[in-house]
Amino acid sequence: MDASILSIDGLSLEFPIYQGAVRALNGVSLRVGPKEMVGVVGESGSGKSVTAMLAMRLLVADSYRVTAGSLTMLGQDILQASERTMLGLRGSQVAMIFQEPMTALNPTRRIGDLMLEVIRLHRHSGRDEARAEALSLLRGMHVADPEHVLRTYPFELSGGMRQRVLLAMAFSCKPRLLIADEPTTALDVTVQRQVLLLMREKARAMNTAVLFITHDMAVVSQFCQRVYVMYAGSVVEDGPTAEVMAAPRHPYTRGLLHALPDRVGSRVPLEAIRGTVPDLTQLPRGCAFAPRCPLAREACRERPPSLPVGHAGWHRAACWAVQEEDGQP
Amino acid sequence: MASALAHSLGFLWYRIRNSPLTLIGLAIMVAVLLVMALAPELAPRDPNLVDLGERLLPPSHAHWFGTDEVGRDLFSRILFGSRQSVAVALFVVPVSGTLGSFTGCLSGAVGGRTDALIMRCTDIVLSVPSLVLTMALAAALGPSLFNAMLAITVVRIPCYMRLARGQALVIREMNYTKAARTFGGSHWHIVRWHVFRNALAPIIVQGTLDVGGTILMAAALGFIGLGAQQPTAEWGAMVATGRNFILDQWWYSAFPGFAILVTATGCNLFGDGLRDVLDPRQKGR
Repeated sequence: MDASILSIDGLSLEFPIYQGAVRALNGVSLRVGPKEMVGVVGESGSGKSVTAMLAMRLLVADSYRVTAGSLTMLGQDILQASERTMLGLRGSQVAMIFQEPMTALNPTRRIGDLMLEVIRLHRHSGRDEARAEALSLLRGMHVADPEHVLRTYPFELSGGMRQRVLLAMAFSCKPRLLIADEPTTALDVTVQRQVLLLMREKARAMNTAVLFITHDMAVVSQFCQRVYVMYAGSVVEDGPTAEVMAAPRHPYTRGLLHALPDRVGSRVPLEAIRGTVPDLTQLPRGCAFAPRCPLAREACRERPPSLPVGHAGWHRAACWAVQEEDGQP
Repeated sequence: MASALAHSLGFLWYRIRNSPLTLIGLAIMVAVLLVMALAPELAPRDPNLVDLGERLLPPSHAHWFGTDEVGRDLFSRILFGSRQSVAVALFVVPVSGTLGSFTGCLSGAVGGRTDALIMRCTDIVLSVPSLVLTMALAAALGPSLFNAMLAITVVRIPCYMRLARGQALVIREMNYTKAARTFGGSHWHIVRWHVFRNALAPIIVQGTLDVGGTILMAAALGFIGLGAQQPTAEWGAMVATGRNFILDQWWYSAFPGFAILVTATGCNLFGDGLRDVLDPRQKGR
């Protein structure tokens, strides 16, 4: 394989519960190359966040079980790595930003203290040096009065401002991978765009790869080179964003795109995907989407489809119906 | 920095000002602290001066609270007694509060087996009535004021641990703790800078409430002879000795008892008020 930043292969993970298990991930394969911006889309409960949390090893130890597959990040086998190795990776090599900037900053400490702390955790620089660094990072995020911001408490800042502070902290050590877990979901649409543009600009400047988790197809289409569509803990479709958006192949992706207001013309009724997300404790034997799928056939209920092997990097879908049409095995 | 502190203190004062009971509590606490500091100046006589000619005199102009069985002035002894009781509270609350809440936070933040083990230990301590356990410990260590303080401290620690752990469990799941982990903070660092700080408010309240309880506990130990030893003036011990004379010389037990009552009530009123003030759900009232 070429030098991947993040490479997940056939990963299955479950959370044991009373008499059974929640099968959160079922054979997820995913790859992020250097400098790439990769999107992961899916509904709540499709396994996007669990994947990100596992990559950072933030899931509570003993609460989950990896049943198959591997996860390699920056050459480290994350599933086996020691806590010490993880400490070395987190922050300095891999950074993460969260969905809600409102709660991601410690309310009892000043922005300056929080930023200096992160900078000094990884570089043994002096206070003044770190302070200068924090100021220049904030300026890089187009923060108007960084001196003042350093003195404020998080509650005094707006959501967009807080997300900029978090981005500044995330980029403070020039990470090679940034995991962004729905970074702009809680923000206004206008602020959302600014923050995303900033994120892209910084990522390009620092050669940082981005794993961008979201449920917003529109954002993915503008910012990501490649996209993975997840459903019920599996990747159902992947490929270059433009191709996936222009000609979605998996019935689920088609459904998702049909449910976008600005893609269908006016006066055309929006189509919701019928049914609901399956219960992850009782996944069907075959394709997890079969009960909701307009194209479902006998084979779908018996065997789970997989992404066609040997076409990595191409546009492909894990669907029997689609593969039949294409004459793929 | 200084201005921010002044600002929060100003805010606290603004909230407290509107609550008469808290003000009364605060006034009592301040008064007790003053008495403690100024006892030598305020006391009309040496608290340990024996004058057998003036045994068991009722309250009068010369002896405001009367005298005891060896003719010592009870008023002076009560003033000096505040030093013992308050000293106990000033030692026990900060020490047990700091130790207990820090280990509690650590336990909650680390989780898993360590947490289970620590919590079972606190369960054992909490399952025994605290007065009985304190008495047993104090007796085992030997009767002295310092040992009584140690015993009370040890028995108080698990309460703070429980409280802090409960807070830590909530804070551990907060986004900012997770964010701190993604930035590469170690367990120790996160407990110190993120969990402990945010868990502090209820612990401070518990601490002020505990001041009254601790004074009572110290008096109780003094009463059964496990606290300060003769001839040191200590409220609990004075009540205990006075019990022998209670039918004919009511003042002997009554005044030290009253001192305990007032001090403990004052601390509890202030603690209650502080809880209301610091409770974020009451903000904006």
